[in-house]
Amino acid sequence: MDNNNLVKTINSIAKVIKENRAYLTDLDQAIGDGDHGINLDRGFSAIVDKIEDLNDKDCGNILSTIAMILISKVGGASGPLYGTAFMRAGQIAKGKYSLNNEDGLAMFDAAISGIISRGKASRGDKTMLDTLIPAYEAYKAGVEDNLDKENLIQNILVAAKNGVDYTKTVAAKKGRANYLGDRSIGHQDPGATSSYLIIKTIIDNLAD
Amino acid sequence: MKKLINNPELVVEEMLEGIVKAHPNYVRQVSGFNVLVRANSPVKGKVALISGGGSGHEPSHGGFVGKGMLDGAIAGAVFTSPTPDQIFEALKAVNGGAGVLMVVKNYTGDVMNFEMAAEMAAMEGLDIEVESVVVNDDVAVENSTWTTGRRGIAGTVFVHKLAGAAAEKGMDLSEVKRVAEKTIANVRSMGMSLTPCTVPAAGKPSFTLEENEMEVGLGIHGEPGTHKDSIKTADEITTHLLDKILADLDYSDSEVAVLVNGLGGTPSMELYIINKKVNEILSQRGIKIYKTLVGNYMTSLEMAGASITLLKLDDELKDLLDAEADTPAFTQV
Repeated sequence: MDNNNLVKTINSIAKVIKENRAYLTDLDQAIGDGDHGINLDRGFSAIVDKIEDLNDKDCGNILSTIAMILISKVGGASGPLYGTAFMRAGQIAKGKYSLNNEDGLAMFDAAISGIISRGKASRGDKTMLDTLIPAYEAYKAGVEDNLDKENLIQNILVAAKNGVDYTKTVAAKKGRANYLGDRSIGHQDPGATSSYLIIKTIIDNLAD
Repeated sequence: MKKLINNPELVVEEMLEGIVKAHPNYVRQVSGFNVLVRANSPVKGKVALISGGGSGHEPSHGGFVGKGMLDGAIAGAVFTSPTPDQIFEALKAVNGGAGVLMVVKNYTGDVMNFEMAAEMAAMEGLDIEVESVVVNDDVAVENSTWTTGRRGIAGTVFVHKLAGAAAEKGMDLSEVKRVAEKTIANVRSMGMSLTPCTVPAAGKPSFTLEENEMEVGLGIHGEPGTHKDSIKTADEITTHLLDKILADLDYSDSEVAVLVNGLGGTPSMELYIINKKVNEILSQRGIKIYKTLVGNYMTSLEMAGASITLLKLDDELKDLLDAEADTPAFTQV
């Protein structure tokens, strides 16, 4: 992936978030305070307004810029979490105009560490981490096993989707949903869902 | 959705403009940001207090900006924590050289965004001493090491009042923080609702309740509570809420301040009916009421419902509670 693909991918993510704004908000209304889709859309819409200026920048610069927009526009918990994730990934991609799998893994790892330290959450808490960590593990294992692109993509998507489904089976331990206790069981986590949508969009763009 | 608004995306901006036009002697807006600060901010040499959160809790938080309470209030999108850059602007605008205390309610997003704002202030090399306290007065949800902890709800108003009074008396940042923490340690609340509310950008109610149902122990963002129950009388509901509060902290032989808080859609009549029962129960238990507040202090848009807050007092807290305050939504001479 090069810097122009990255810009294109971010545009696609913004589009997918907009399309799923109501869906994510509905998921959040069931167990949180019902603003997840609204908030993310506000952030990614602001990114689209600025994205033209980013076309010639390096990947790190692009990611840091969108991180700052997410942090300053989204609010709630998802603003600082996604903002920190893109910021950390951007630090790995600093000065790079194209990214290989080694970069991708390092960026993904840094993004996850950022979310863990900012949100003080761990896997199994019914959060975006339940999607991101399995997806990262599938990506890492696939690269180590030299899987072909199609199988690698498939494995990551399945792992991410299973992660989303897993969040339906557990009670929340983080965020507003945790106040519900066992009443949150059966509901799919909105953050895990938006993470899935973002991963899927990145992969769809890579597959093109 | 049926609301008296122009554009769901602009409700916060238009509200803030209206607040400033109504109370220019109290507050001004930090240019370009959804931040209200005292008209005479920064107050030189005084510890400054800022607070904030999602909008939709009016008069919290802008209504409590003024002498004896807050120096600045940051307004996030409706029910969404404000962003770090807004909080950062508030820190700069209120800093009078004696440091800033951030009063944060215990919600994941609020805690993270305020924390990031403090990091930004440190990173930018600004010479602002920043401390924070996290309010967690809601007894509806049991605390445990595995959860985010309890929510901050209407008890936050007492933290603004007492810590604000401490700052106004000239206490330094560590003392103001101590007062805020002492208040937090002694304040407990619990709420219930009869109807949901509608976030303008979402356009539909945040949850549903049947005609004969109520939600018990819910939070101030319309996030569901601990359980649904069939509707009860005001006396029964008051008894249930107070029982939970009194079971959580030992109030025996103490003096308390009472706050019967409306969530936005409940008439004063009903709040006073609740207050009557609060008095009965507390007097039966030998708990003396020192001061009572009844009204809309920490609301949830148009939600019908109420919360009850008890603050256990000692001489220091009584003195701070009695101190002068002059803000748009709370004045005491």
